[in-house]
Amino acid sequence: MVFLIQQTMQYAVPLMIVALAGVCAERSGIINLGLEGIMIFGAFMGVIFVRVLQGAGWTQDQGQLMVMIALIGAGICGMIFSLLLAFSAINLKADQTIGGTALNMLAPAIVLFFIVLIAHQNSLKINGAAGSWFMLSSEDFGGKAGGFDSAVLNVFLNNVYLTTYICVLVFVIVSVFLYKTKTGMRLRSCGENPQAAASLGINVYKMRYLGVMLSGLLAGMGGFQFALTIQNCTSSGQVAGYGFLALAVMIFGNWTPLNIAFCSILFGLFKCIAAVYATLDINGDGVYFLNDLGISPYAYRLMPYVITLIVLAFTSKNSRVPKAEGIPYDKGQR
Amino acid sequence: MMKKDKNATAPWEKTKWYRSESAKSIFSALISIAIGLFVGAVIVIVVGLMSPTISSKDMWDGFKLVLLGVFSTGKTGGNLTFGFNPVNIGNMLFRATPLIMTGLSVAVAFKTGLFNIGAPGQFLMGTMGTLSVGLWLGWAGTPAWLAWLAAFVVGVVLGALWGCIPGAFKAYLNINEVITCIMTNWIAASLVTWWFDSHNEFKNSSEGGKVAYIIPLKNVGVVTPKLGFGALCPGSQANGGFWIAVIIAIGMWVIMSKTTFGYELKACGANKAAAKYAGINGKRNQILSMAIAGALAAAGAALYYLSGNTEFYWSTYMSLPAVGFNGIPVALLASNHPIGVIFAGIFMSMLNIAGLQLKNLTMYNEYISDVIIAVIVYLSAFALFFRQFLGKRGKNDKEMKNANAEAFEEYVTEKKNEAGVSEQKITEGGNE
Repeated sequence: MVFLIQQTMQYAVPLMIVALAGVCAERSGIINLGLEGIMIFGAFMGVIFVRVLQGAGWTQDQGQLMVMIALIGAGICGMIFSLLLAFSAINLKADQTIGGTALNMLAPAIVLFFIVLIAHQNSLKINGAAGSWFMLSSEDFGGKAGGFDSAVLNVFLNNVYLTTYICVLVFVIVSVFLYKTKTGMRLRSCGENPQAAASLGINVYKMRYLGVMLSGLLAGMGGFQFALTIQNCTSSGQVAGYGFLALAVMIFGNWTPLNIAFCSILFGLFKCIAAVYATLDINGDGVYFLNDLGISPYAYRLMPYVITLIVLAFTSKNSRVPKAEGIPYDKGQR
Repeated sequence: MMKKDKNATAPWEKTKWYRSESAKSIFSALISIAIGLFVGAVIVIVVGLMSPTISSKDMWDGFKLVLLGVFSTGKTGGNLTFGFNPVNIGNMLFRATPLIMTGLSVAVAFKTGLFNIGAPGQFLMGTMGTLSVGLWLGWAGTPAWLAWLAAFVVGVVLGALWGCIPGAFKAYLNINEVITCIMTNWIAASLVTWWFDSHNEFKNSSEGGKVAYIIPLKNVGVVTPKLGFGALCPGSQANGGFWIAVIIAIGMWVIMSKTTFGYELKACGANKAAAKYAGINGKRNQILSMAIAGALAAAGAALYYLSGNTEFYWSTYMSLPAVGFNGIPVALLASNHPIGVIFAGIFMSMLNIAGLQLKNLTMYNEYISDVIIAVIVYLSAFALFFRQFLGKRGKNDKEMKNANAEAFEEYVTEKKNEAGVSEQKITEGGNE
C-alpha cells in the first residue's frame, strides 16, 4: 500500500504541474501544445545541470542542493525555450498549434543530437549513480534506518524526493497567483476577452508573454521531475507522451487547479498500475492480484489513454474553455 | 487552421507570375528551407568549434553533407567525394514514399480545418493490417498479386477506421482533435504491440540476433514490383510504391480541387458556419475527412512494408513512428497542396539521407536533420508573415496599382455585362 501511494505520487506530480503549465498559457489565451517538448528540454537541461555540478566535485552529500539547483535550472531553461512559442504566437500571430508542434519536434531533435554527441548512445544518465541518490530516507528526519514505525510517516517521508514537495508547493503558489492576485486575474482576463482587457489598460502582449513563460517554467520543472523520478535520472529525448497526457488532464480538470490536482492523482494511479501491476501487492499478503488475473500487460498500458478518451467524451459538454484561446490578439479588433 | 491573408490577390487583380498565390507559397517554403538549412549548418559549425573531438576538417565535411548529403559518394583517401549516387537517390525516393502519404494525410485534414497529428497511430494500424494479411495470404499460397492487393486494402481500411475515431469525437462531441489523435496514437502503439506479442507466428525467430522483429514480406514473396527502379537506381530500395504514391497524390489533387466533394471538404475548413448555411453536412465531412486522412497514412505504411525487405520492430508501445509526425512538416512545406506534397516529401527524405551520411562519415549524428525539419516547421508557422512580406512589395508598386485599378474596372464591367440581361429585365419591368 505504501508502495502504491508513493508510486502514484511519483506519476501524478509531474502531470499535475505540467497540466497547470497548460492552464497558465491557455488562461492567457495561448494554446501551448509544446508542453511535451518543453518537458523534454527541461529534463535534458536538469540532467546536464546535475552532471556539471558533479563535474565540479559535488557528491551525494550535496545531493538535495544539487537537485534543487537542477530543478530551478530546468524550469528557467523551459521558460527560455517557451519564448520561441511566445514570439511566434504573440508577435507574429502565427498558428499556435503549428508553433507548439514545432517545439515538440525541435526539443527531441536538439536533445538527442547533443546526447549522442556527449554519451555516444541515446540516453544520458547522471554520473555513476541512480536517482535514489536524491531520495530522502527516514534517517534524514531523525528516524531509524529502514523506515518509520508509522505507515503515514513512511508514505510521506521515507524514500521520497524533496523535489516532489517543491513541485506541490509551486503548484499551490501558482494557483494562488492565478486566482487571488491582481496580475493573475488580469492574465486570466486576457484569455477570455483580450479586447475588453486592453480597454481597461491591461497590456495583453505582456500578459500573454507572462502566461507562456510561466507555462514554460512549470513544464520545465515537471520535465526534470519526470526524468528524476520515473526515468531514474535519465534523459532520453522523450517523456512518453506525458505532456499530451497533461493537456488531457487539463481539459478533464476544466482549466481549474483544484480539479486538475484531483484528476492528475487519478491518472497517476492508472499510469502507476500500468507500470507496476506485475509486482503490485496491495495488502501485503504475497498475492499479486493484478498479475494473477492474466490480462496482457498491454491492456494496462493502453488503459490510461482509453480512459482519457471516455472521460473526455462524458465531460466535454460542461467544459469551459477560455474563450479567446488560440485566437491571436489583434489590437484593431474590438 | 489557415487564417485569411490580408494581401491575398482579389479575382480582378492582374499580378506578375511571381506574385501569384502559389508562387508566394513556394517562395515562403523556400525561405523556410533556406533558414532551416542555415540553422542546421550553424549548429554543425558551432558544435565543431566548441568540441575538442571534432577537427575543423570534420566540421567542413559536416557542413557540406548537410547541404549536399544525397550526392555523397562516400570517402576516398579521407576526402569526401560527390557525384550521382544511384543508391542514395533510390533510397531517397523509397523513404519519400511513406512521407508523401502521411504528408497527404495531414494536408487533406488541414483543408477541412482539422489538425491530424494522429498519422503515427494510423500508420501503425496500417502496418498491422498489411503485415498480418500479407503473411497469412502468403503462407496460404494465394497468388502474390492478390495477396498484395488484399494486404494493401486491409491496411488502408484499418487506418481509415482508426482515423474515424478522432473525427467522430470532433464532429459529435466537439473535442479538440489534437488530444484525441494523441490518445489514439498511444492506444494504437499498445494495440499493435499486443497483437504481435500474442501472435508468435509473425515473429522473426529464424534469423539470429533479430529480437522483436516481424518476418519481412519478401520471405513470402508478397513484394511491390520495381517498375523501372531496378534499372534506374540499381542496388537501392526504391520500388513501384513511389509511383503509386505519386498517382495517389495526383488523385487527391483531382478530388480536392475538381470535385464537389473536395469543394465541400474545403468549404468546411474555410468557414464551418457558411458551409452549414450552404447545406453542407459538416459533421459527416469531418468524419470523412479524417477517414481519408487515416486511409492515406495507412497506405503509406502499406507501401513501406510491401516493399518487402523493410522490417517492423513490433515492441513499439513506448515509441511512435517518426514518419507519421514528419507528415506535418511535409504538409506545411507544401502549403497543403497535394502536388506540392510530392516534392516536399522528397525534400524531407533527402534531409534524412543527409543525416545518415553525416552519421556514417563524420563525428556528427543523424539528429541534425531532425533539427532542420523542426526549424522548418517552426518557420512555416510564420508562413502568413512571409506571405505578407512578399505581398506588401507588390501592393506598393505604383505601376501595379494603376494596372490593378484598370483591371478592377474591367472586372466590374465584365460582371455587369454578365448580369446585364437580368438587370435590364428588372429595370424594364420597373418602368412599366
